[in-house]
Amino acid sequence: MSFDESSTTRATGTYPVKRGLAEMLKGGVIMDVVNSEQAKIAEDAGACAVMALERVPADIRRDGGVARMSDPDMIDAIKAAVSIPVMAKVRIGHFVEAQILEALGVDFIDESEVLTPADEAHHIDKYKFSVPFVCGATNLGEALRRISEGACMIRSKGEAGTGNIVEAVRHLRSIIGDIRKITQADSAELFEWAKHLQAPLPLVQEIAETGWLPVPMFCAGGIATPADAALAMQLGAEAVFVGSGIFKSDDPTPRAKAIVEATTHFSDPHILAKVSRSLGAPMTGIGMDEINQRYAERGW
Amino acid sequence: MLVGVLALQGAFSAHQSALADCGASTRQVRVAGDLDGLDALVMPGGESTTMSRLLSTSGLFDPLAERIRDDLAVFGTCAGMILLARDVLDGRPDQRSFDAIDITVRRNGYGRQVDSFEADIDVPSLNSPFHAVFIRAPKVERIGPDITVLACHDGVPVLARQGRVFVASFHPELTPDPRLHSLFLQEV
Repeated sequence: MSFDESSTTRATGTYPVKRGLAEMLKGGVIMDVVNSEQAKIAEDAGACAVMALERVPADIRRDGGVARMSDPDMIDAIKAAVSIPVMAKVRIGHFVEAQILEALGVDFIDESEVLTPADEAHHIDKYKFSVPFVCGATNLGEALRRISEGACMIRSKGEAGTGNIVEAVRHLRSIIGDIRKITQADSAELFEWAKHLQAPLPLVQEIAETGWLPVPMFCAGGIATPADAALAMQLGAEAVFVGSGIFKSDDPTPRAKAIVEATTHFSDPHILAKVSRSLGAPMTGIGMDEINQRYAERGW
Repeated sequence: MLVGVLALQGAFSAHQSALADCGASTRQVRVAGDLDGLDALVMPGGESTTMSRLLSTSGLFDPLAERIRDDLAVFGTCAGMILLARDVLDGRPDQRSFDAIDITVRRNGYGRQVDSFEADIDVPSLNSPFHAVFIRAPKVERIGPDITVLACHDGVPVLARQGRVFVASFHPELTPDPRLHSLFLQEV
């Protein structure tokens, strides 16, 4: 049987519709993929979305040069290969790359410090788009500036392509620690907080009232093991992005599955112990004193 | 009253807030032991393929299927509706559903995120329209004879029930209007 469909008013691309997709991705793992084969592996493993990009951050770091938006053909191939949401990255401030990704029908845009910035002063005015945006942040002020520009999701930046969780932990602790302090502040102190954070006062007042950001906050940058994912979740992240950590490891399929399970069962050490077994070697990773370019410093 | 919220992946925290606003106690459900003592269960929106996989790996699928057969009251929204449906179109081949309500749904039947929308829908059992948010929503393509349709949008059922199983293709947890959560809790 089929239904007799009529057509009435419907509003697309509104803020609640954009923020709604961010809400749906909570508790999940968003995996970086560079081709449709990897996208299928990610979907098979239980990823809640994939991030389509030309090179994973570890390779961008190794190769150097200018990192840009991906080829539309590659994005189309990944969209065709999987039925879960497909995200893609644009350079900070590069609103034309964002216009192109919107025209391609990607489900979410990441205005990302992992790509080479296109504008050294301005981020994209994300309210102009009907597709939702996620942006990175290292601290609460940065997070609130991105939200004031229309970001529907914040991810802690971490240090992409290192396989080292230390920076993500620093950023999560900074953001969540300041949120906790703001909930203890009195109304007069909130003005000082807004000045200190260089963030709009109404957003600071909203945090004081609700005890949380007005949008979901995920963790990215340096997750390489199931334990790393569970650490981010226990610290207060609401979902995780895994970039190089899966496809730069020895055996991506079991690692991807294990990270998905660890993100769901993040507070159950027995399940974490079980899923951490027999995964092969994780990506080697690099220490913060071994890198010469910190991506997290990009963005303003 | 204790209402479980399936917390494998998705918008479970928003449902917990909505249920708490209606005066219910809630519990996140991730493993079989979490089902003990529940009066009802909400299956949230999120990614149905992810949840299907995690239902199997966590060992939750079979005990939960048994509770649903034993007449547990369940409310599935979006991905939760897909998990409760008899037939799922455009799903993954290994995707499992509970066959708890006699409907056929098509995953992402309303399209991708660019097609996601909000609209007022008429719910005859409520006295004014309900503002509904549809996110990459599943579309109902068939309903069985025992289904009660509670609301349609553009002629297509978007809110329905069969006995104690309720489904919505939209997200009542994303708007501050608690009436549909209340409606469900009244039936519990």
